[in-house]
Formats: sequence, C-alpha cells, structure tokens
Amino acid sequence: MAGSSRHHRSHTDIFVNLGGSEMDISSLAFANSLILGLSIAGIFFVAALGLTIIYGTAGVINMAHGEFIMLGAYTVYALQNFVGVPYFLCIPAAFVVVGAIGFAIEKSLIRYLYDRPLDTLLATWGVSLVLIQGTRLIFGSDPKYVEIPSFLSSNLEIGGLSLGVFRIFIILMALLLAALVWFIFFKTDFGIKIRAVTQNREIAASFGINSGQVYSFTFALGAGLAGVAGALFGALNIVLPTMGMGYVVEAFLTVVTGGGALMGSAIASLAIGELQSIFALITNSTFAQFLIFVLIVVFLRFRPQGLISASGKRR
Amino acid sequence: MKFTRRNFLKTSAMAGALATPGIWIPQSRGAWGATLTEGEPIKVGVLFSLTGGLAVPEEDSTLVMQYAIDEINAAGGIAGSPIEPVIIDAKSDFSVYSEKARELILRDKVISIFGCYTSASRKAILPIVMQRDNLLFYPTCYEGAECTQNTVCTGPLANQHSKDLIPYMVENFGKKVFFVGSNYVWPKESNKNAKIWLENAGGELLGEEYIPLGDSEFGPVLNKIREAQPDFIFSTVVGASDIAFHRQFKQAGFDAEKMPIASLTTGEIETKAMGAEYGAGHFLSAPYFQALENPTNEKFVESFLGSPYGKNGATHYNMAETYNSAYVFKAAMEKAIAEHGFDEVTPARVRDACAGVKLSADISPEGETWVDEDNFNTWLVPKIGICQADGSFKIVKQADAHVAPDPYSIYPDAGTCKSNGLVAPDGSVRTDVI
Repeated sequence: MAGSSRHHRSHTDIFVNLGGSEMDISSLAFANSLILGLSIAGIFFVAALGLTIIYGTAGVINMAHGEFIMLGAYTVYALQNFVGVPYFLCIPAAFVVVGAIGFAIEKSLIRYLYDRPLDTLLATWGVSLVLIQGTRLIFGSDPKYVEIPSFLSSNLEIGGLSLGVFRIFIILMALLLAALVWFIFFKTDFGIKIRAVTQNREIAASFGINSGQVYSFTFALGAGLAGVAGALFGALNIVLPTMGMGYVVEAFLTVVTGGGALMGSAIASLAIGELQSIFALITNSTFAQFLIFVLIVVFLRFRPQGLISASGKRR
Repeated sequence: MKFTRRNFLKTSAMAGALATPGIWIPQSRGAWGATLTEGEPIKVGVLFSLTGGLAVPEEDSTLVMQYAIDEINAAGGIAGSPIEPVIIDAKSDFSVYSEKARELILRDKVISIFGCYTSASRKAILPIVMQRDNLLFYPTCYEGAECTQNTVCTGPLANQHSKDLIPYMVENFGKKVFFVGSNYVWPKESNKNAKIWLENAGGELLGEEYIPLGDSEFGPVLNKIREAQPDFIFSTVVGASDIAFHRQFKQAGFDAEKMPIASLTTGEIETKAMGAEYGAGHFLSAPYFQALENPTNEKFVESFLGSPYGKNGATHYNMAETYNSAYVFKAAMEKAIAEHGFDEVTPARVRDACAGVKLSADISPEGETWVDEDNFNTWLVPKIGICQADGSFKIVKQADAHVAPDPYSIYPDAGTCKSNGLVAPDGSVRTDVI
C-alpha cells in the first residue's frame, strides 16, 4: 500500500499511489490518525471489557452484551431527564443499575445454563430481544440524546494535533476501568475467588468458595461495565433501542482476537483501533472495516485461541 | 410409473399447460387479483421503518399517512369508500421491505403502497411492484435514473434540490467542497449529480468519503476533512449516522459558521434528534420547511402536532411529501373511479390517472404542486434553509418558479422518461428501467 517516494520533497511526506489516484498524506495527518486510533481503541476496549470478564471467567457467550450497553445509555438518559442528575454522576449510576439487571438475569436464567454453551447463546439472544422490545415499550423507539457538559464538547489542539475532549475522556475512562478491573482481579479477595473459580470451579468450591455467588457477581460486574460503556457511547452516538447491535460485533471481535484475557482484549483493541484508523486514512472507512475483518479472520486461522488465552477450563 | 416416451410427453405437456397461466397472469394487467366494491374499504399499504436507525426520518411518514387517511375519511373518503391502511414496520431492513411488499401485494391485495425512504429499500421492492403491476407512491427525494411504469414520486429529484444548493453554497462560502455520504446508491448518484453542478459553478472537489450505512464512527473522515480544509461539506449521510456525524463534527471542534454542512436530508426531525446546538448553522435544500408561511401550512402544523400522530414534535419535508402523496392518491382514485367505475379500477389505472394531478395551495402545505404527466415525478419549488439555534429553519433562498423533474438530467444519452417507458434518442422504448 505505501508507495515509493518518487520525489525527494520531504522525508516526512508519504506518497501513496492507489488505483490511479495519488494521495499525499502528511505526517501531521498520520499522527492525527494514530491519536484517533487510540480513541477508537478506547471505545473497542470499553465495549469489550464487560464481555471479556464474563467470557473469560464463566465461558458464557453473552449475546445480550450490546443490550447492556444500550441499557447503560438509557439509564443516563432517564436519570438526566427525569431526575436531573449531572452527567459525571450518571456514569457510576449506570454501572450500578445495569449491574443489578445483570445480576438478576444471571440468577434467574444464566446459572442454569453454565454447562450448555449453545443454550446460553440462544438464551442470551432471547434476553437481548426482550431487552430491546422492553426498552422500546418504556421509552419509545424515537432516538434520545444524552447531554454532556459543554467543556467535554470541545476540541483540544496541541501543535497541529487535535482530538475531541470527549474522546480523550473515553481514553482516560478506558485506562481507569482497566486499572479498576486489574485491581479487583489481582488485589482483592473477591479477585482471588474469581481467578480460582475460573481455573477450576469444582476444586475452588471444595476450598469453600461459593462459586455460584462468584459467578453471579462476576456477571453483574461485566454487565455493569457494559453499562458504563453505554453511558459513554450514548453521548458519542444517539440513543436508540437497537444501538447495542453495532457495539456487540466490535466487542466480540476484540474478545475473540484477544483470547478472553484482560491483557488480550487490551492489546487486541489497541491493534484493531489503530489499524482501523490508519486504513481509513489511507483508503476509506468502508474499505478499512473490510480489511480489519479480513485480517482478523487470517489471524484467527493461524492462532484460533486468540492472542492471550484465558487460563482455566472452558466449560 | 414406467418412464416411457409417451408418459414423458404426457406429463410435460400437462405441466406446461398448468404453468402457462402462472407465467401469463403476472404480465397481464389483471395481475392485481382483487376488485374494489363501492362502500367497501380501499386497502393501501403503508411500508416504512418504525424501528431501527432509519426510524428517525421514516416513522413520521407512517404517522402522517394515518393522519391524512383520517382526514380523507372524515371528509367522506374516496367516492364514499373509506381508506384502510395496512401498516407495516420495515425495521430499517431491506430484506424485510421486500418480504413485506410481497405480502402487502399478494396477501392483503392493496391497491397501492406508500413506502420506502432509502433508495436501497425502493430498489428492493420495485421488482415485486413491477411484476404484479402494482403502484408505489415514493414520497421522498431520490436520485432519479429510473423509469418505471409503477411509481409516483412526490419528492425532489437531484435537479430539484442539489442543483440549487451547490451553487448557493459555492457563492456564499467558497469553492472547495468535501463530499461525505452513506455507502449506498443514493449518495453515490447524488454525488455524481453534485459534481456536475459543482463544476458548472466553478467549484473544486477536495475529497469524497462513504461511510457504511448505519455506522457512526466519523473520526477518520473528520480527520481527513481537517486536513483538506474545505469551505463547506456536502453531506448525503442518512438516518442515525447523520445524527452521529453532526454531533461528532461539533465535538471535534469544527464551526458550522466557517464550514457548514449542506445536506439534502437533515431536516427538522433529525435536528430534533441530534439536539439543536449540533444542527444549528447547517443548510438543507428541500421543498418544504416547517417555517413556511402560508395558511395551509400553518393550519397543517398546528393540527398535526396537536393530534396524537404528532408525537415527534416537528414537521419536515419527508412527511410533507408523504402527506401530499395521500392526496395525489385520492385525486387519482376519484378520476379512475369516475372513468372506469369502481370494479374496473386497477393499480395501473390509478397510476395512469395520476398524470398531471395538481394539488392546490389549499391542500399542499408546501404550496401548489403537480405530478408530471410523462415521468410521474412532481413539479415543485426548491428552497434552501439554514438551521437556527432553536432547531427551526430560516428560508434563505427560494426558486422563482416550479422546477420540472428530470430523472435523467445528467444522462442525456439515456433518453427521456415518458409514461410508456424510457424513450431513447433513437426512438426505441424500454420499460421497467431501474
């Protein structure tokens, strides 16, 4: 894709010859697209985080993950419009609300299906349809929008590099959430229990760990994180009952490429985000998405377990 | 049964005899398979997306059809018969569109379908509409380049909106443009048209980007726009993507006063969905705006928004054209019934009766319009509006006279679309051209 430099104009310019049309990409545009790639990576990571935890721990393929994201966005909308809660408080509120919904779904449905992965697929798909229709009945199918404080709506420019402040906020949230999850998993008692149950559920139970309880809270944690993702995305995008469908594909791509571990998802989202941004700069957004899919398929062909496979038995 | 030559000939002759009517019926004008009876309800299909990313512009089309049908029925219906709408949700999914169009025509035996917004959905249902010789009222803007004998369009063609918009923007903001659109047929054809108008106006195209329909990640496109620094952006992004585009445009630090987005679709309802502060300062070319000052429109806006159908809170060009199409249907039906009698009316005869149907300024909120008797699109008055800080539009330019619809304006070699088909320069006629 990168052509040869035909002129010795400037060592910082890259000439690209693509199908007859020539495009001059300055290093500034390239740097901007790298920074944008970080933002896209942040979005992928935040979207995939909840799914990583649920899949990595319990091996549950949660098809309703996109709908948890959607519920997070609607929670923020409802709190803003009916209660008047400021945006920054809505984010942890979305975590709690969607986490509680996830907890309820786990206790009533998912816990009976841990040994049957195909049935969880179907059951969670059903849950997603119920959630979409339920949201439609309560809120209507017209789009809503989430208000963000005006300083988040602006743009930060340093030198020639620019990025929207809200996108920077998403990157910071991605880092914060990653740190939070790492802290929970590796520095708390609950984290030890999760990791034990992930490695071997029966042996962990024989050590006195209530593995059913651990699974429930882990599912709730994953759902809550999806809720936070929704709180962020509702401001970037519009809030519709079907908004989750766009994010569930991204989340699954990240989790499958990453292998199910936290670090795997982080690396995968970084790679996909950067590549998508760079490809979109060189060609166009549509072709970039196509290329990403092709690359992921090729990658999985050679490494089907993903980048870093999560430890433990797959149930 | 033994496989002998006699048996083979017998069975294939029988099969051929049975199949012949099956091949013949769809081609005959008797394909409709139902008859109207005086006093019995007249069934029409209403096929728009009530859910999904395209519901933002399309839901109001269904609501305004219901409102118009209630209005017509309250005034006595069509020659005494009430209209009965069969309302279907197309879920922003083209396969649902074509499946449901088939159902409406074959199972419900509607006499006409009011439907579609994106050209992709129209192209998805046209084959079945043409095959069964039914009638589609397509009430929105589109790119033209079609000559079917089964469509009546009440929305603007490319030469009725972008032809004015591009020179206006070049005159007022500058020569350099960036095109952004959703990735399907309408934006691509519209951009083909726009490039020609741009060249005529002396403008310069800096870039052309297409986003997958429904996608909402505009970061890379906005980066390219920032690099290119156009004077204005021409957008053919539709549905939920359009809303994401405007929001991310402002969040990325762009100023609508210095680099406005000119579009053919971002109207009052999209501005309501995205938030007025994101829509303010951008331009739209359409034949109708809620702010139009004439007695019919003022009455329409007040009455519609006060009715239970006005729940989305705004009137915009897409639903104004749908409203008009209901009245074109009524006028054409009355003409067809008067000419042939109730039980001889077919969708094809309704379509023929649409030729030249005029909607007076008392009925049409956008002012007088009429259906072209050759290509069955509509003569209308293009207008350009700028979005204000409160979400309403201020009309900044209005054409002096009605503009004729020209579906092949940039393809002069293809010929002229007439009521019997596409007449090429050499005189040959092609029908069902999509």
